[in-house]
Amino acid sequence: MSAWQIWRQRLLRTAAAEPATVTVPAPADGPLLEIDNLQIAYREADGLRTVVHGVSLSVRPGEVVALVGESGSGKSTTSQAAIGLLPDNGQVVGGSIRLLGEDVTQAGEAQWRSLRGRVVSLVPQDPTASLNPVRTIGAQVAEVLQLHGWRDTAAVEQQVVELLRKVGLSRPELRYRQYPHELSGGMKQRVLIAMAVALKPALIIADEPTSALDVTVQRRILDLIDTLRRETGTAVLLVTHDLGVAADRSHRIVVLRQGRVQEAGETLQVLRQPQSSYARQLLADAPALSAPVLRAAEQGDAATATEWAVQVQAVEHHFPVPGQREPFKAVDGVSFQVRRGSTHAIVGESGSGKTTTIRALVGLLRPTAGQIRIAGEDVTALRGEALRQFRRKVQLVYQNPYASLDPRQTVWSIVEEPLRNFAPLPAAERRQRVQATLERVGLAPELQQRRPHALSGGQRQRVAIARALVLQPEVLVLDEAVSALDVTVQAQILRLLETLQQQLQLTYVFVTHDLSVVRQIAHTVSVLQHGKVVEQGTVEQVFLHPRSHYTRELIAAIPGTRSIDFVQSHHHPEETPGLLQPLAG
Amino acid sequence: MNALTHNEGLALRAPAVDPLQATVPPAAVAATAAAAAVAPPRARSWAQGLGLPLQRARQMPLALWLAWGVLAVVLLWAVVPGWFSSHDPLVGLAGQQLREPGAGHWLGTDALGRDVWARVVHGAVHSLSGALVAVGVGLVAGTALGLLAGAVGGRTDEALMRVVDVLLAVPSLLLSLTIIIVLGFGTVNAAIAVGVASVASFARLVRSEVVRVRCSEYVEAAFGSGGRFGAVLWRHVLPNSLTSVVALAALQFGTAILAIATLGFLGYGAPPPTPEWGLLIAEGRNYLSTAWWLTSAPGLVVVAVVLAVNRISVSLSGARP
Repeated sequence: MSAWQIWRQRLLRTAAAEPATVTVPAPADGPLLEIDNLQIAYREADGLRTVVHGVSLSVRPGEVVALVGESGSGKSTTSQAAIGLLPDNGQVVGGSIRLLGEDVTQAGEAQWRSLRGRVVSLVPQDPTASLNPVRTIGAQVAEVLQLHGWRDTAAVEQQVVELLRKVGLSRPELRYRQYPHELSGGMKQRVLIAMAVALKPALIIADEPTSALDVTVQRRILDLIDTLRRETGTAVLLVTHDLGVAADRSHRIVVLRQGRVQEAGETLQVLRQPQSSYARQLLADAPALSAPVLRAAEQGDAATATEWAVQVQAVEHHFPVPGQREPFKAVDGVSFQVRRGSTHAIVGESGSGKTTTIRALVGLLRPTAGQIRIAGEDVTALRGEALRQFRRKVQLVYQNPYASLDPRQTVWSIVEEPLRNFAPLPAAERRQRVQATLERVGLAPELQQRRPHALSGGQRQRVAIARALVLQPEVLVLDEAVSALDVTVQAQILRLLETLQQQLQLTYVFVTHDLSVVRQIAHTVSVLQHGKVVEQGTVEQVFLHPRSHYTRELIAAIPGTRSIDFVQSHHHPEETPGLLQPLAG
Repeated sequence: MNALTHNEGLALRAPAVDPLQATVPPAAVAATAAAAAVAPPRARSWAQGLGLPLQRARQMPLALWLAWGVLAVVLLWAVVPGWFSSHDPLVGLAGQQLREPGAGHWLGTDALGRDVWARVVHGAVHSLSGALVAVGVGLVAGTALGLLAGAVGGRTDEALMRVVDVLLAVPSLLLSLTIIIVLGFGTVNAAIAVGVASVASFARLVRSEVVRVRCSEYVEAAFGSGGRFGAVLWRHVLPNSLTSVVALAALQFGTAILAIATLGFLGYGAPPPTPEWGLLIAEGRNYLSTAWWLTSAPGLVVVAVVLAVNRISVSLSGARP
């Protein structure tokens, strides 16, 4: 029996004997996973490109370690190496990875196969893409067991149903026979977690397990991982870009940037006294963790019609459902008003009707019923050329800066195009206005002739904002405009939007699922659920005195407002105002 | 009606995709299901690393290189035939009928004593220009139809696509023959007939691409920033739809050479004594048992050009981002 097998058996015995011992710090038994000065490079056309430069970290039994970093920081690459799933052009060029004391740095596929599932398992990022659409849930979970030697069909089925129940799926016997498309995103993620914990591994690597999910679902999934961890004593390596999630869910944090460890330590230590400047910046930029001053809305009740930039009254939009007489009401009587020069946030999860609402707002879709007035003009009555002219007043910035820019146009021509669509300006004046707009959004002149693929995500979103601003609109509708960006970039874009609002007296309608961003940027809020407004008011009212159950749930789901179990005991929120402070306390 | 479009797309891309699918290492499949779940996004890199045998990867560019070489030579034949052959393709040499390939006549002579090599070289201009006209007709008309159908949608789309259905239902050679009977015989008319027969497949492909691009956010954004229908179509939809159309055009170029040669062989194309490749083969048919070179030489040239063009077409469609 090899050393690691002995290790493992010892570990599993400990875990089985004391299922709930994990609230005490991990036994000094030695780390489960030990990564030492790891260097990983990718083979590319022009040679090796090193992306991880000497990362060291360790995970002890029963512990949650968060690996935090922006896209391109090497966090995913590091975690893939820890389960032997590096892309084929990736290779470890230095350092070592030890699992249960065994060096697996250069382990072959056969050795990994015996480790994966039993010792270390993975919860992947995208639940929709990670399940086989043509096999039942039961068959896919059972496969994990069968691959590891379970032969008795009845026992396998019983175990799978038990697992599905354990991960909190209602009616597990039914789920067993269902196909992935019959389950929601959150349920699929639960199935994947069931697969990951099926063989009671000592370590689960969760690679952004919730970034594709709605906030409330995200919270429930993270709770589930927490519960399972406590019950089985499994350690978790949580890979995330969200410092708020890391703050909530981990014992220790490792901050990565450009393949190097910037900061590592106890979670609270890192949050309260960050040593590196990068960690400090990351903390300052994380909307969930910084304590923003709520933006007070001007409370004039005698608002005349000219003060409202946007008035939405009882808007409904129905989609016909094939085979049913009743149409699906995507938007069901939504009303709100936005004062000129202020920011109104529309909050809701996927399917709440927020996207349909704003598409009607910018005139891309004619609502079934209701009225929308932008600067006094009724959008729903406009047609043809009048509608085209109206587009100067309201502009939309899309969520995904990768899809909303024509890949064949240069930055310059993207921003110039709206001007060419309208008034025939002389070329010199057009050039000047494009130049001024690009400067305003902070795009360097050398980027002007680039195409979108040669820009970063933040730069692309700046281009999209510039395209919207060049027509000098009165209302800017931002559809999840910062959701796809890294926190630091997100903070920059939010600051830019704030500056632009002050300079140009812009009115924003800001659609998001992220309440922590709302707190930072909005004056007033509407919370949407199932196409209806469930809560409306100033940010202060909604955040401090939420009336509806749903709003309270959304607020509670904001990451960065709680702390992991045993850390709680030394937790004194008053010492660090803003940090980990409960919001609606 | 989308099934056909889809098939065309697949056919174009198939060579690029197949080796990838074939070479995902079994180890990946054997990993635990949870672990294997991350495999799909990496399929490409796996294939590049382990799957494709190195020698095959080296052969591919060589074949492509050869294909371009063949095309370049044939183009030179068409532009400056005098560089390649000193004989007159139309005037027979007395007393030199039906000579076998040899030092004086590389590919022998025909029944009238005309040099076959000279006739093949001089024939290039007819075949290539015919194919060019055919592809041009198909490309322009097909793209216009497809763009209109895909962009306008609704009833226009339905009506146009039903017409395309009818065109696709008739065998293309039969369609070409019908058109040529209406237009009259001749090289240009044969080319137009071949082109019209390919309009349907161009229209289908363009429509599917336009529908894809039309739904993209940047097109909506262009409308949102006040773009007029025509301007958005011209600036965004058309340029972004054309990549795979170019690949189809290259593929059609080979098919058109073949179709024009077929029409020539059947006597519907260029009239004798034009040295068109199809006509050369038809004329040599009577001497098949005694003078094999009369049919084999132009036949092999047609095969080589069509293969070369197909190879180039595959590389074009494979280069799609």
